[in-house]
Parts: sequence; C-alpha cells; structure tokens
Amino acid sequence: MSKDIKVALIGNPNTGKTSVFNALTGLNQKVGNYPGITVEKKQGLCKLSRGIKAHILDLPGTYSLNTTSLDESVAVELLLNRNAPDFPDVAVVISDVENLKRNLLLFTQIKDLRIPAILVVNMADRMSRKGISLDVSALETALQTRIALVSTRKNSGVEELKKLIENYRELSCNPSLKISDIDPAYFERLQKTFPNEDLYKLWVVITQDVNFSPLQKKMTESRSGFEIKSRAELKRLQHRETVLRYQRINAVLKNTYRADSRLAKGTYASLDKLLTHKVFGYLIFFVVLLTMFQAIYDWSSVPMDFIDSSFAAAGEWVKNTLPPGVFTDLIAEGIIAGIGGIVIFIPQIAFLFFFIAILEESGYMSRVVFLMDRLMRPFGLSGKSVVPLMSGTACAIPAVMAARNIESWKERLITILVTPFMTCSARLPVYLIIITLVIPEGRFFGLGYQALTLMALYALGFVTALLSAKLLDKSLKLSHQSFFVVEMPLYKWPLWKNVFYTVVEKTRSFVYGAGKIILAISVVLWFLGSNGFSEKFRNAETLVSEQIALTGFSKHSTAYITDNLALYKEDLKVRSQSIPTIAVEDSISRFTEALQARALRQEIASFRLEHSLIGQMGKVIEPVVKPLGYDWKIGIAVITSFAAREVFVGTLATIYSVGSDEENTIKNRMAAELREDNGLPLFNLASGVSLLLFYAFAMQCMSTLAVVKRETNSWKWPIIQFTFMGLLAYLTAFIAYQILI
Amino acid sequence: MGFTVADLKRGEKGIIKEFSDENIPIKLLELGCLPGNEVELIQIAPLQDPIYINVSGSHIAIRRDMANLIALEPISEYE
Repeated sequence: MSKDIKVALIGNPNTGKTSVFNALTGLNQKVGNYPGITVEKKQGLCKLSRGIKAHILDLPGTYSLNTTSLDESVAVELLLNRNAPDFPDVAVVISDVENLKRNLLLFTQIKDLRIPAILVVNMADRMSRKGISLDVSALETALQTRIALVSTRKNSGVEELKKLIENYRELSCNPSLKISDIDPAYFERLQKTFPNEDLYKLWVVITQDVNFSPLQKKMTESRSGFEIKSRAELKRLQHRETVLRYQRINAVLKNTYRADSRLAKGTYASLDKLLTHKVFGYLIFFVVLLTMFQAIYDWSSVPMDFIDSSFAAAGEWVKNTLPPGVFTDLIAEGIIAGIGGIVIFIPQIAFLFFFIAILEESGYMSRVVFLMDRLMRPFGLSGKSVVPLMSGTACAIPAVMAARNIESWKERLITILVTPFMTCSARLPVYLIIITLVIPEGRFFGLGYQALTLMALYALGFVTALLSAKLLDKSLKLSHQSFFVVEMPLYKWPLWKNVFYTVVEKTRSFVYGAGKIILAISVVLWFLGSNGFSEKFRNAETLVSEQIALTGFSKHSTAYITDNLALYKEDLKVRSQSIPTIAVEDSISRFTEALQARALRQEIASFRLEHSLIGQMGKVIEPVVKPLGYDWKIGIAVITSFAAREVFVGTLATIYSVGSDEENTIKNRMAAELREDNGLPLFNLASGVSLLLFYAFAMQCMSTLAVVKRETNSWKWPIIQFTFMGLLAYLTAFIAYQILI
Repeated sequence: MGFTVADLKRGEKGIIKEFSDENIPIKLLELGCLPGNEVELIQIAPLQDPIYINVSGSHIAIRRDMANLIALEPISEYE
C-alpha cells in the first residue's frame, strides 16, 4: 500500500480531462463538452512500472480555485485539506493546447498550494493544424514543473505521463506567485495572526465559501485580534490576484508559446454563424429536438414490444413449469412482473442519453444555452435550465442533478423545483394505456386524436413548468445576483466510445437506482394482494360458495356464463350437423359446468382481493379519490404510484390478474372493468382525463424527492414541491372529472 | 457610461479598459476578460441578449447587463 501514489486530475472544463482519465485507468466514463459534466467522484486505478499503482481521482472541472458552483467547491475542498484520505501526492493539471494561457491560471494556483503538480498539454495533435509551437523544456523551467504532451485521440503521450507520475518526488513544490504581492501590508498582518499556516491557503479559506474542518474553525475562533476586510475589498484583492497571475503567465508564454492567429479560427466561426443564427439557429434546434423524440419513439418501440412479450411469456412459463404454490406465485407475479417493469424503460432512456451525449460531446449544447437564455429569463430560469428541462423528458432524477452548473442559486432552485413537471418516461406507459382506453381513434387533419392527446400532455408539462417557474420567481424572496458566463467550446466530432459509456452509465444508474424501488414495490404489492388477516379473507372459498348457493351468481358472472354459452352453442350449431343430439347436449352441459367453475374461481379471487390487505387500503382511501372518478382499485394504483409512476400499470396488472384467471392483456382487462354502482365502464372519458391530469401534475416519485433533498440540502424544498404538485394534481383532476361526467 | 462591450456590433473589436462595477464575477476575469485584452463580438442572440464574445481566445457567452459593465477602448478601423 505504501508504494501506491494518490493522483488528482484537475483542469478546466472542456480540456479533455476525462479522456485523460480514461486513458490512464482504462475504466471508462464520459467526456463532456458542457461545462461541469463531471460531477460525481470518479476514481480509477493505473498500473505503473515495478508494481506501483496510482489511484487516480478525477476532480470536477473548474476554472480556478475561486469557486462559483457546487462542483467546483468539491475540488477545492479536497485540495485544501491535507488530512483528507483522498488528498493527492501529486496533482495532474490538464490543459488544452489552444487555451493554454487560461488553463495555466489554475496551474499556478495549484502550485501555490504546494502540491507537486504535473502539467499535461492535451490535444497536442491539434498543434500543427492550428500553427502552434511550444518550447516544452523552456516552459518546464519557467513553471518549475514537468510537462507531458498528450493526445487522447491519437493515444500518444500517456506512457510519458505515467513515468512523470511515478517520479513525482522529483517535482518542485515552489509556489509560482508570491501571494503577499497582492497587498503586502494585509498579508503581513495575516501571517502574524496565523504564524503556522500557509499564506495562500489562508487566503483561499478567507475568500471562498468552502467547508472543510480544521483551518476554517481556527479562523473563526481567533479572528478577534484580526482586521476583517469587507467583501468588496476582498473582491478587489482577488481581481488583483488574477491580474498578477496573468502577468506572470504572459511573461512565461511570451518566449515559449507561438500561435498563428490566422489558423486558430477555422471551423469555429462558420459553424457558429449558422448554429447561433437568429432564425436558422432555432430552426436547427427545433429540427434536432424533433428528430430526437421521433427517433426515441420509433426506435424504442421494437425492443419495448419484445421485452413486453418476453416477460409475459416468462411469467407464464414459470407458472406452468414450477409446482403451484406461494413461491411460484411470488416469482411469476411479483418478481418477473417487477423486473419486466424496469427493463421496459431501458430502450427509451438509452436512446435519450445517446442523443444528449452527442449534443454535449460535439459542443452544440452550449449553443443551445446561448440561444435559449433570453427566452427562459422571463420565467426566472436561465439558458442553462434548458438542459435539465430537456433531460426531464427522460427522467427527473438525472435532470435535477444536471441543474448543478447553474451558478445563480435562485435560478438553480427554480429549475430543480419545476423540472418534475416535464413529461418523464415513467409517465408514458400510464398515458399510453389510458389514452388508448378513453380517447377515440379518429383523425384530425391526418393526425390521430390519440397522438394529439399525447402531444398535448407533453406541451402541458412544459407550459406548467414555465408557469410555475414564473410563480416561484415572483414569490421566492432570495437575494439573487444574475450570473451567466458560458464557455462556448470548440466543435468536435463526438468520441463514440464516450457516447457509449454515457449511455451505459445512465442506464445502469436508472436500473439500480429507480429499478430497486420498482421491484421492491412489485413484490410488496404481490404480498399485500395475496395476504389478509380478516376472517373473510381466510374463509373466502366457503363464504363465496355459500353465497352463490343461496342467491346464485352475481350479475357479472351470470352475464359471463350466458355470453360464453351462447357463443359455444353458435359454434356447435355450425359444426354439429352430423353429431347426435344427445352428444351435443352432453357437451353443452359439460361446458356449462366448466364455465360455472371458472366463474366461481373468479368470484373467490375477487372476493379475496377485496378483503386482502391491499383491498382494505384501497377502501380506506376510496372516499378521497371518488370525486376524481376512481374506485378503490385505481386508488391503490395511485397510492403505489407515489413510489414511482410507472408502477401504476403494473399495479393494475397485478390487481386484475390476481382477480382473473384469464391471461388477457391488461388493456382489454381495464376496458372490461365496470363501475360497481352503475355497471358502466370504469375507464371513461371523464375518469380517463382526470387520471391523465393527475399523473401530469402529481409529484409521484420518491427517488426524485430524495434527489431534490440532496441537491437543495433541506427537506423544505421537496416538501413544498410535493405539496404544491399534489394539490395542483388533485384540483385539476377534480375539476376535469366534475365537468366531463 | 462610455463605450462598452454591449455597444459592439457583430465582428467589431475593442480593448478592455476597465470595469465599471466591483461586482464583476471573478470567473469572467479568469476566462481572460482582463484590462488590456482584446474583445471581439461574434454573435448576438435574438432579442439582443445574451452576446457571444471572443476575449483573448476564450469563446464565451455573457448577458447584456454584464457586458454593460466592461468599458472598452475602440480599435480604429485602419489597424
């Protein structure tokens, strides 16, 4: 262990830092072109020579140690705290050859923390094309460091970098800037107050809102004897620090770096002219979006149908193969149905992230931010809110996390709070099944009513998100400084490997994150539906048989028997010319017996479900959901949806398949469901629209609430969000049902 | 307030003179937006906001209100 080296990768966004990480560790993850894409803590192992291992930590991209967002604070906190377990032995600072000057700013700061630092000049393959020449050894001397010229695209320079890491002890730890030059008098007093601390570290702690334990505490305790500067004064000093650093960098680069300015521009300008154009820019963005969503639906329908039928077949097979019993039921009705409910979402999520990864990789996403900023601002949002909102159409969980790189806290909070209104893929199965049930199949100017309804629901989600944002913008009293600086990275061809790993990573996080909950709920539902403590549940068979012996079959069952019998007789009449009458009568009576036996089983199952645990829960909430047009079965499905929306269809499937022996598809089963009071179809236009509205607005996703809690660091916001969305859902569903019924 | 980044036309350049407000974000400076550096306006979004500039090689988008705080020395045509 002692021989292992701890390495931190640090660098500006868009320098290909993550590509270097991939090249070193072989453990792949994504390379982003959108500032701040690396938000999680990424670690990997790199084998050096003589059995030495390097633990590589990929820190979030940052422009400097002056933090403006959550991600950046993470990086700075680690670099300040020498006692942290991840504190690096050596920092590898990644720079992009075309933006070397700007990248060196961060490098000089790292040096000033007295952490041994290696400079990686990445994208070295672009040098000749862009007319750049670099005197590496002169630059090494001037910066007191070692430099590795790396190209991850051409896969060169990585071995040299590994060598440098291995020999990190030879690196100089001299600072690159005399920090007291900023304001000699102030820094002298500072050093007197804290004689044992490093001046630059003190300076960073004073100016940053970073939370790390030892130094911060000591500061506040002994501050009494020390003159505290006002925010404005500190800021002036920070400006001065930046100017001093650039002066130093310019002096260093003057003799070592040459760039042909005519070659430097290239494709940038002409592509930007088109993609950020007032008219064409929007047109292209609109076409991109349209193509994306069209492709997501077209491409995913085939695998989704396949998954659907495969899992249905698997459940059936288990039921027929394994000996009947509780265990078999658990597998067929609980576990297989539950896993099917997770797997069915994989195609859509994978395709969405495939497109988003391409847009980010290519650099186009930042242009979208530029185009949309002014349009989003009246709603209290920023151009950067577009990415979370767009991602929200796949899943609100990664979307809420994507709001991290919005610097203004107010804009970020509003984005987080309204993103769950966007139509996520979990709502889709609910929408689809209800739309096919209650919306007629007609066409309007060549567009189906059903497709139009679906589009309207997507639009509804988006408009509600914007209007709620406007409301929040007006009502939130937060001190708020508009802050919008977006880097427009170079256009690049996406690296397909990176796109692929993004898709794998996002899909995996969905399956393991949300999937666990869905599976658990599926099993819990199965348990609640097949167990009960009441007398009635345990004696279901005798009670139902006695009831039937006394008063005959219920109205539904009688209709079921007579209908099927009539069909059977019809069928016999055609085929029975040559059969003796006595045989026909015998056959009819045997068929009638079979029908009655089946009807009895159905009635028992239905009676049992009604008195199971889940049935009792549904009954309790029935008065609450009745004004919305739901019965207790839908009530249960709505309750379980509060864990995750997509459970709705699965719950109904469980409830109905438990109540019926026939393997009808869930849709036909729902269409056949009648109201208990008047025998009319339960799913009609009024209750259907009410359900659609309820699902469009209600915050029915525990995982999202958990993420919002984590991102806002308090329970206050998720509770507000949950209440607001819930009330809106209930009210609109109530109004819609009462008007339409 | 004199000539600022917000007054640039597309393709026009200027040299940064000073900031008229202490509250200019440090991030902007770190991206190379410093007195003495050249600014070129590349694109203006619809409704005149935000604007897309190239300042000493950094391609960045900023909002008009921030651009208003960056005072410029115009670069004369014949240069």
